[in-house]
Formats: sequence, structure tokens, C-alpha cells
Amino acid sequence: ILCRCVGEENWVDSRTIYIGHKEPPPGTEAFIQQRFPDNRIVSSKYTFWNFIPKNMFEQFRRVANFYFLIIFLVQLIIDTPTSPVTSGLPLFFVITVTAIKQGYEDWLRHKADNAVNQCSVHVVHHGKVVRKQSRKLRVGDVVLVKEDETFPCDLILLSSSRDDGTCFVTTASLDGESSHKTYYAVQETKAYNTEKEVDTIHATIECEQPQPDLYKFVGRINIYMTNEPVARPLGSENLLLRGATLKNTEYIYAVVIYTGMETKMALNYQSKSQKRSAVEKSMNAYLVVYLCILISKALINTALKYVWQSDPNKDEPFYNQKTEVERQRHLIRAFTDFLAFMVLFNYIIPVSMYVTVEMQKFLGSYFIMWDDEMFDEELGERAVVNTSDLNEELGQVEYVFTDKTGTLTENNMEFIECCVDGHVYVPHAICNGQVMPGAAGMDMIDSSPGPAAREHEELFFRALCLCHTVQVKEEDTVDGIKHGIHQGKSTSFYISSSPDEVALVEGMKRLGFTYLRLKDGQMEILNREDEVEKFELLEVLTFDSVRRRMSIIVKASTGEVYLFCKGADSSIFPRVISGKVDQVRARVEQNAVEGLRTLCVAYRSLSPEQYEEVFQLLNRAKLALQDRDKQLAEAYDLIEKDLILLGATAVEDRLQEKAADTIESLHKAGIKVWVLTGDKMETAAATCYASKLFHRNTQILELTTKRTEEQSLHDVLFELSRTVLRQHGGMTRDTFSELSGDCTDYGLIIDGATLSAVMRPGQEGSNSGNYKEKFLEICRNCSAVLCCRMAPLQKAQIVKLIKASEEHPITLAIGDGANDVSMILEAHVGIGIMGKEGRQAVRNSDYAIPKFKHLKKMLLVHGHYYYIRISELVQYFFYKNVCFIFPQFLYQFFCGFSQQPLYDTAYLTLYNISFTSLPILLYSLIEQHINMDILKKDPCLYRDIAKNSLLRWPTFIYWTVLGVYDAIVMFFGAYFLFDNTTFTSNGQMFGNWTFGTLVFTVLVFTVTFKLALDTHYWTWINHFVIWGSLIFFVVFSLLWGGIIWPFLNYQRMYYVFMQMLSSGPAWLSIILLITASLLPDMVKKVIWRTLWPTTTERIQVGTNACRNRE
Amino acid sequence: MMASSYSAKDEDGHITVSGPGGGTLRNKKPENTAFKQQRLPAWQPILTAGTVLPAFFIIGLIFIPIGIGLYVTSNNIKEFEIDYTGDDTSSPCYNCAKNFSWNNTKSCTCTIPFQLDQPYESNVFMYYGLSNFYQNHRRYVKSRDDSQLNGNIDSLKKPSKECEPYASIDNKPIAPCGAIANSMFNDTLTLFYNDPNGTSVPIPLTSTGIAWWTDKHVKFRNPVGTNSNLTAVFQGTVKPVNWHRPVYELDTDPENNGFINEDFIVWMRTAALPTFRKLYRIIQKKNTMAPTLPRGNYTLVVDYNYPVRSFEGRKRMILSTISWMGGKNPFLGIAYITVGSVCFFLGVVLLVIHHKYGNRNNSANISN
Repeated sequence: ILCRCVGEENWVDSRTIYIGHKEPPPGTEAFIQQRFPDNRIVSSKYTFWNFIPKNMFEQFRRVANFYFLIIFLVQLIIDTPTSPVTSGLPLFFVITVTAIKQGYEDWLRHKADNAVNQCSVHVVHHGKVVRKQSRKLRVGDVVLVKEDETFPCDLILLSSSRDDGTCFVTTASLDGESSHKTYYAVQETKAYNTEKEVDTIHATIECEQPQPDLYKFVGRINIYMTNEPVARPLGSENLLLRGATLKNTEYIYAVVIYTGMETKMALNYQSKSQKRSAVEKSMNAYLVVYLCILISKALINTALKYVWQSDPNKDEPFYNQKTEVERQRHLIRAFTDFLAFMVLFNYIIPVSMYVTVEMQKFLGSYFIMWDDEMFDEELGERAVVNTSDLNEELGQVEYVFTDKTGTLTENNMEFIECCVDGHVYVPHAICNGQVMPGAAGMDMIDSSPGPAAREHEELFFRALCLCHTVQVKEEDTVDGIKHGIHQGKSTSFYISSSPDEVALVEGMKRLGFTYLRLKDGQMEILNREDEVEKFELLEVLTFDSVRRRMSIIVKASTGEVYLFCKGADSSIFPRVISGKVDQVRARVEQNAVEGLRTLCVAYRSLSPEQYEEVFQLLNRAKLALQDRDKQLAEAYDLIEKDLILLGATAVEDRLQEKAADTIESLHKAGIKVWVLTGDKMETAAATCYASKLFHRNTQILELTTKRTEEQSLHDVLFELSRTVLRQHGGMTRDTFSELSGDCTDYGLIIDGATLSAVMRPGQEGSNSGNYKEKFLEICRNCSAVLCCRMAPLQKAQIVKLIKASEEHPITLAIGDGANDVSMILEAHVGIGIMGKEGRQAVRNSDYAIPKFKHLKKMLLVHGHYYYIRISELVQYFFYKNVCFIFPQFLYQFFCGFSQQPLYDTAYLTLYNISFTSLPILLYSLIEQHINMDILKKDPCLYRDIAKNSLLRWPTFIYWTVLGVYDAIVMFFGAYFLFDNTTFTSNGQMFGNWTFGTLVFTVLVFTVTFKLALDTHYWTWINHFVIWGSLIFFVVFSLLWGGIIWPFLNYQRMYYVFMQMLSSGPAWLSIILLITASLLPDMVKKVIWRTLWPTTTERIQVGTNACRNRE
Repeated sequence: MMASSYSAKDEDGHITVSGPGGGTLRNKKPENTAFKQQRLPAWQPILTAGTVLPAFFIIGLIFIPIGIGLYVTSNNIKEFEIDYTGDDTSSPCYNCAKNFSWNNTKSCTCTIPFQLDQPYESNVFMYYGLSNFYQNHRRYVKSRDDSQLNGNIDSLKKPSKECEPYASIDNKPIAPCGAIANSMFNDTLTLFYNDPNGTSVPIPLTSTGIAWWTDKHVKFRNPVGTNSNLTAVFQGTVKPVNWHRPVYELDTDPENNGFINEDFIVWMRTAALPTFRKLYRIIQKKNTMAPTLPRGNYTLVVDYNYPVRSFEGRKRMILSTISWMGGKNPFLGIAYITVGSVCFFLGVVLLVIHHKYGNRNNSANISN
């Protein structure tokens, strides 16, 4: 039967594939054969030829690189005080290192590409299997894939070695789900399972053009059997994706439909949008400030230079005449002077800072991966860092948005009870999975049911045994055969994408009904009497999160056709026409309050006519090429009605280990925790109580549909905000009550429907914005918020709403499932949990951790450390460059604004590269201002760094002022020492280079000692790099001045350093100036620590005292 | 903008093309080493009032005596300075300064009498000082050719471009080239001791040992030609414009002539600040008990060749004794005393603060 299906008109978005490149028989519509790409995967960015230009272009597109390139070019073109080497060398270094890194990575990609593109695949060609390189595969080829081989491109399964035309596949490398999934061949082709036969298949496939969604596919296969073509729908259950691996199936034949860069895997590996951390933003702000300082310095000096030069005797005294060329270029002279000053002071924005920050982030992220405490034995997983750019953001989190199922809870379901028509059954005897026959396996809480009830009860159990998509995985086939009927007990286990289903099927097993397997379209179950009952599986109406239910249509051996439906109470009750709704509802609500996950089960008998109607409806929808999902949903909606309620089940989802402890710690750390879940309110609220998100004395504010039905949303919102604000006012009046902790805190519960009402851009115009504001105001004053009944997109909306609120708090989203991806991507920091619901969350996250409890260490320890480290890194970098450049600025006042550099070229170049780079890098990798155990024990410390406290303007100004002070001390210290006197014991005089070297020596020692004073954690590495770089400076200076360097055209530094060291006063003044430079910072630190200590400092002193006592 | 543009990972998101997923599942346990777990043994010092206090007192106690020592030493140094610029009509050099012209072939001589109130006991160092003279101007500092000065024949014949506009005259290379060399200080200063009995005794001035040893012996070298005669070696070059004599006639002593003339070397070490002094001569102490320069009247005779009036400069002659810490400079001593006292004072302040508030914090901590 060829169906003319909906959506066929839009051919634009589809492609037609001739299986085995066979033309369709004449008479069918002729399609223009499209050109498809070959199966070459190109993940590399460069080729051998375009690497250098393309890479250079990419690198200089970055603003910072471009700035340094401009500085370098200016130095090359105009006559500048410092040689182009001083900025060219670091820039060259940075560019080269990056180019080498990227080149290497690209080479690896090339290698990987080649390995993939050249690996051989088996292709059926004229009835024979031939080997072909993977990249030569073309759309329409029929390939043979053997067990444990990876699919070379996206394929449609034609037939497999198994008789039922199924094959098992693991998509571990695609989405991390290691469970085996079953894929199906089309009924009509599944018999062609040898190469000869498969070559005779004459069919075309029409399907959509490739799209990145891994789980969506619509297509249709037209098979030209004898005469009459047959059309069959194709869905994602027929599509084998590139990257997945064939398992437990000897071989399959399949036809290529998407190749190369059009495979779903290739389409999915597009880079995510970049997230920026708050520290980076402050860094950029500082940069702008320093750029302004730089420009104003240059402007001031240029202006002063011209004032000074206005006197020709100063401009051109007899001893210092200009060349003719210099005299002539008066017009552009001012501009080149300005540029020259810019070049002289350009070190204030150092290239090396970017390199150091990059390295710190990259290397630092390894400590997260290496963390033993974030390793989970059970899963065998450790923390994963996908983006190292956000390490420090972990220390700034103010809002945590967490998913409930699988994140707070184990997602390890356990069947607790079921309720059939109000009678409650509790399986209590679990003897190594042995089935307890008869009623002995359960407790009947209610009075014994009558015969009619008993019939209902069995129907209920059968329904649960049948209504699912669980697979039976046979551990060992040989064993299975041997054990025969016991197959379903110990040698096999259930696999499903939904843990609830496994729990239910296992629960049924304990209640006496065992699901055995699905064979030849027959579902076999073992009933209490140890008899095998067979049901023919007719249709599966799969679960989706919008409908929140699934159904199955089976035909019993007696010939009756049943539709069994299970789903959330809210989606079942409206569709029920009979059954003991009230009793069941009461039980469901009671269970929900206890934090159990409830499902309702209902059924409907279908007469053969009804079934035929249903079948037609479904088939039509399934064959649609366009909007298939929508049509299916409509069909499902029509089919799942007039249900008879059977009962309900309750499944417990246990809290994850230490989830409550983690949440409590986060609360103490001043982080607001929001739970966003798709679950119903009662269940979610129960979990919140269990996980200490809500306490006994938490006053719960409800903003739910139930309340808004009674009052208008407007009234509810205003009432709540009044309540909250009254409390808030009281708190400000009397802050001590807050500290003593006896003030009530609020918890808010909101559901999805109300939320969308709040968020809706309302018709009343101005009022809607008002709602949002009110809502935010309420939220701000609640310690915990629970959002239930949330759709995935709503989760992201909430995150966005908070992100955009006026304080712009830093948000973190954590979740484990595909439904959390949107919020993970939206939040500042996205964390994936390596849970049971696949790897999508992990793939899209910035960081992934095995368990929710690891969040505590992630934020409180790693986040805190990285924030402390990077803020010091940033501040210190600017500080040391102020110290470095400001003396040069001052020197201009004493050299006639002639752009004379104070330091030698080598010092200018190496200051940031080697003399002062390693100590701060190592500091920023291993500093621990407080032991990590204390950080974990005392979450309050996290508040000390909240709101970017170490990178705010006062701190920045303090560091800058300190830098200027140090620079002044160094410069004028040396100035007064040199001022018109000699300080050698042999009467000889020193020149300007000695002056610069003296300042530079004091500078290097001062900034290094300043870091040493800030270091709280001195490992041997710190000792090594701090003292090592000072020694390196001395050794370098001795060497640099010790030889007449043949390649240099000046020998200005010859013996300067040594001559300086031979003078006693130079030593004395170095010591004096270092002391004087460090003094204020030390005094400030000590006085602040004593008079206004932060919590951190108090703890530091406390532990230090303890340590000393020991 | 700038920082964010440095995102390292923006392009390497897609390296893994395919491969066995989760193959090495069990090997993922991180190594439990002290480094990887961030538990390296470490010294964890905390700067508190308690720990810093002793340091402050110690610094104070060390710095103040050093400062006093330096100050006393500096005060014991005898220094005499005389300004002979001659911009004042009363000045003996007024005429010389006023009538200065580059074309004068004969130098103008002026005589300045002065009196030393104290005897100068040890070696006396004679300096000339210039003010408002920007030896550290960039155009000036770089206007030299170190390789020429190091005796390189090629550079001698073809001076570096940095020497412009003092590189060549009429296509003949200048030796030594550059603004620094060209403007070499060329006043001649001589000292006479006016004996109480009326005779004027010239004081012997040593002109060696005034430049750095390394400069004289390594950095500066005369070009070595086919014959050892300096005149021949410098054949084909011209003297700097402002010089009266070519470089090979700076001194009669071959060890102090040409580029290795010490007056020249001293001048070539550019000063750090616009007011500077340079070592001119050394008056060696004789092996007698008599002071090097006894108290009495002296005469300074100046061959006035060096014009400074055009740029409002000043010229001075300085006589100074030298201690281990160099010439007279009270700055270092005062600075040491100041820093030492500040430390001591801060130590006291901290002590008070520590006693008043430090305990409060500790008790608060314990009660927590």
C-alpha cells in the first residue's frame, strides 16, 4: 500500500537515495539526483599550504595580539626609544607558541581524520563484498558492518544477522549512554541478509536533509517489490549513526544516507558559544584604565616635550645637534613623538599577562581533574573540565540551579508500592531476586479484594509488565540456554533509558509477574503460576515529556486488544472515564508528599474496528515526512482517551549521598539554591525537605496554579512580596536577630504554569514587567526556591531571568539530563552530572562531576582557590608593570622628555618574560591561603570573596597606588643617590645605565618579595621559583654585562652590573629601597588583619596559632 | 575585549572524531600524589602583628646605627666646590665666557684663587661638574659607535648611522664619531698651591685611573693597523668638529692616547642626570705625613674652551676626598635613619594595636 502522506509537497528539504545506486523502475516519479559530499570527515582547520597565513590572520584578529603587532610595527617604522626586539621578541614568542600548539592540534586532527577516512569498510558491490576506504563511501552504497565495528557514516538498517531484523548498538561515543539500544530494520527488507540478497533490494529512500538532532529522523523507504511499491516509514529507530558501535549482532547490512560532514555526529561537533568569566570582565576594565593611563602619560610627555623644546638652546644645544632629516619633519614629528612615548610605556599592558592567565587557567584545570576526592569509585569517573576559562567563576557563584532527578537524587529507582483500586501492595521479601510465588510476596494493607478486584489487580500487573520499553539483556547466551526458563531471573537483567521503568518491571517481578523478553513481536511474561503468557506487541506510543505518559497496544493470546497507558497523574486523570479515581488520587498524593515518584496506570480495551482505526491513524502520522512529531502527538492524543484507571505505583528515588550536606554548605556559603524540576510539586517539595533545602522553620510561600486560581496572580504576587518585605524591614532594623539565626527564612514554590504567567509579556502592558520585578524581589528574599513542573526551556528562562536581574549575579546550573542542557548552556557556569540519563548534559557542560556532592569541593575549594589565585595574578601583574614603567615615566622629566629608556633593552624585554613571570605563575597555580579542609568545613569563607570582592575598584586602586609608591621610592631613591655625587670608593663615576640598572635591580627584588609576602603556602616549588628567578636575574645580569657581545651594535651594559655591585652604597641603597618599598604594604596588611580582620584572616590566624601550639 | 579574545579553547572543541567510547573506564582514578592532590608539604607563614613586630624592631635597630654611621662618614668627607662658569662680571672667567667663539684657536685662560679651610688628608679627587647638560638625552646617548671605539677598522672607516649628524664631514669619517665624542669636555684645569712664602707650586695631577678598568682595557681599544703608529691608523679620518686636536694627539703617552684616553672614556660614559660631575684628576697622597692638600690658598687655572652659556649650563671644579662609601652624600644616611625610625615607630604602634585588639580577635575566634 503506497501511502500518499502529508508533507510530501515540500520536497525541498528532503533527499532521495537509490539503494545500491539502482534507478527506480520507470513510472515512478523521477527525481533529480542530488550531489552529496563524499564521506570525508574534515575536522582540521588548516592545510599545509594555508597554515601560516590563515593562522597568522586568526591570531592577529585577537585585539591584544593586534595591539602588540601595532606597537611592533610602530617600532619598526619610526625611530623609537626601544628596539623593535623588545616587543617583537615576546610577540614572536607568543605567536609561535600558539601557532605550534594549534599546528600540532591540527596535525593530530589531520591524523585522526586520515585514520578515520582511510579505514576500510565493507561495501556490497554487484553482490560481492568489497573493501573500500571509508572516505570513498557514497550516499546509496550498501555497507556491511560487523560486530564491534563503528559505523562509518549515518546508515539506514536494511537487515541484520538476527532473524527479527534488529541490531544492538551502543552510542557511548556519541552521547555517553553505554546501554545497548535496539534498532530495527524495515519489515520488508529484513529478510535480505546475505550479500547476494541484499544486492537485489530495489528501493529508494526519501528522507529529510541532515539536521543535528541525534534523536530525530524522519524518512520513508519505497520498496519496489514485484510490481507494487511499498512505502514504509523510517524513524530514528532505523537510523544508525556514525560513531556508534554495533554490539551483540554478528553483522548488518545498511544503506548510506548521510556522509562526511553531513552526518549527525559531524553536525553536532560545532563549538559552543564562549562564556566569559567575571574576572575576565574586570581584567578588561582594568585594561581600559591602563590604556587610558598609557595614552595620557604619552600625551603629557609629548606636550611637555614641546614646551621644553620651545627653547632652541634646549632643543638643539651645540653638543646635540639634529640631523637635517630630523629638522625637517616638523609636522608629523609630534605624532611620531607621541607614538614613541607609547612604545616606551607600552609595557604597562604586558603581553605576558595574557599568556600567564591562559597558562594558569589551562594548567590549573588539571588540579580539578586530578582531584581524588572528586573521583567516584562506583562510576569510575572523575571530574571533567571542558572549559578551563571559568575556573575562577566557580568561586563567584551566587545562585545554584539544580535539577532534582539524578542530580539531587540518585536516579536509582526502587519500587516501593502499588495501589490497585485503593488496595495497596508492598513487595517486602526480596530473596536475591527470587520470585515469591503467590500473595506471600506482598502485603495487602487493605482488606482482601473480591474476585472482580482480583481480576483488576492482575490486569494492573500485566499492564506494568507490558507497558514499557525495557529490554532484556542476556548476560551470557550459553548460560541462558542452559537455564532455560530461569533466564529471566539471574542470568539476565533489564536495560532501559528510563530507570523508573526498570524499577517497575523489577517490582512486578517481586510481585509475581516477570517480563521475559520480546521475541518476534511477542512479549512474553511469566505469571504467578509460572506459565508463560504471550502478548503480541502491536504499537508503542513512546514517552515524551510533553505528554508525560506512554502507551502500548497489545493483543492477548485470547485475541483481545488492549491499550495500556502509564504516566503522570496529571496527564492520566483527565483522560480517565471510570475506575476508583478518588482512592487512587488520595494514595498518589500521599505518596507524593513522602517524596515518592508516582505513576498512574490505566487501560482501554479496543475492539478490532477501533484498533484498525488507531492503526490507520498512527501509520499516517508515522509516514509523514514533515511535522511527523506534531502529527504523532495529535494521533496519540486521539488514541489515549476513555481510559479506565487501574491504579498507581510509587517509586522511590533516593537522595544522593551527602546531597543534604552539600546544600547546607552552599547555603552557609551564601549561595542561593534553586531546584528546577519537571516533577510534581509535592514530590519535589518532599525532596527539598529531605535535602535540607527547606527546613522545618522555613515559611513556604506558594505561587502555584492552585493559588492563582483562587486569587489573581497580581494579588498573590503583591501579598507575597509584602510578607517578604515586612520580614526584610525587620531584619535591617535589628541585624543581630539575623546573626543569631532565629528569623524565619522563606522558601518559595512556583510551578511552570504560574511562572510562564509571570514571565508572559502581558497584555496589560506595563504590568507584566512589574510582575517580573515583584517576582524577582520575592525570590531575592527567599533562601530557597523550588520550581516544579518545569519544561526544559523554562529552566533556561529562569536562569536568564536571574542573570539579567539588576545585581547580575553569577549563576551556576547543574543537571544530568538532556532536559537540563538548555539551562546548563544558559548559566554562567554549567555543570553536568555523569548520571544515568546519558551524557548530553556532560557534553554541553563546562565542568562535569560524577556526583552532586562533588559540587561542594568544586565551589568551596577549587572555586575559592582559583578566584584567589587569579585575582592576585591579575592585580599583581598590573602592579609589577606599574612599578616597572612608572620610573621610566619619571625619568623623562630628567632627560628632556627625549624618550630615553631607563633600562637596557634586555631588561625591558626579559622583565616580564623571565625575571618575574614564573613566581606569579606558580603562585597562581599552587597558592592556598587556607587549608582546603578548613575551606570545606567552613563554607562561610566563601562569602569573603563574593561579588568579585578582590577585583573591585578599591582593591585595584590600592594596588595601583602601591605600584606608583614603589616606583617613586625606587626612582627617587636612586636619584638622590646619584645626585651630583659619587658613590664608589675609587672616585670613579657611574653613568645613566648604572642608574637604570640600580632601579631595575631594586624593582625585580621588590616585586618578587612582594609576591613572597603574599604567598601563604610555601612549597619547595615556590621556594625554587622565587629564589630561582632572583638568582637567574643576577646570573643573567652578570653574564649580560660580562662579555662584549659581538652581535650587538652597542655595549652599553658592559660591566655595568658588576661595577654597581662593587660599590658599597649601591648595596646599602638596594637594601634600603627594597625595605622602604615593601614597608607600607606590610604595615597595611598587619593593621588591617588586626583591626578589621575578614573571616578568612581570622581563620588563618587561628589555625596558625593551633599549629604553633602543636 | 582583549582578555576574552585570548580564549584558548575556542577552536579545539572537536578533536575526537571517533573511537571506542569509555574504553578505559576503570583507569580514570586520579593518582594520589601530594602534588596532584594539592597537598604538598608547605610552610604556611601568616603576617600578623605578632610575627611582624620583632622584624620591625630588628630593622629599626639595624638601620638606625647604619644610618648614623653613614651620616657621620658622609660628614667627615671634605668637599670643595668652585663654580667657574663666568656668567657674572665679577667672575675671573667672565671675559673668557663672553668672548667665546668656536673659531678661537688660542684658548682663553682664567685664574681663580680659592682657599681650603681644612687640610685634605687622603687622596683627593678632582672633578669637573656640569649642570643643565643633558648627557642623558636620547639623541645624545645613542650617538656613538661602540664598535668603532672598540677598534673595529670597518666601523672606523664607516661609522654607524647612529652617529649622524656627527658621522662624517665631506665623506670623510669622523673618529671618534657621534655627538658624545664631539662635545667632549676640553677645559684644562690645573691647580697651584700658593705657598705661604709666596711661590706658586703646581700640584701633580694624575690622569690615569679615572676611568673604569674594564672600559679602558676591554671596551675601548685603538684600531690596530698595519703599523703601530696611531697617526697612520687614523689616516683617512677627520677629527670631530669641536675638537682642537685629532684623537691621536690627545696625550703623548701611547697608553693614554687615541680611544683609550681616559678623559675621553670618562666623557663617553653618559651621565644619568642633567647635573653631573665627572672625575678629572686624582691627587695622590704622598708617602709623607703631610696632608695631600694642606690648608691654605690655591689657584685654579682654567684653559676656558668649553661653552655652556648658550644652554644656561654651569661649570664647576670639585675637590673631594672619598671614603668607602664614596663622596659626600648625606642622603643615604638620612634615609637609613628615617626608615629605621619609621620601622621602630611602627613597631611600637603595632605593639599597642596588638595588645589592645589582637587578644580580642583571638578570644572571638575561640568562642566561635
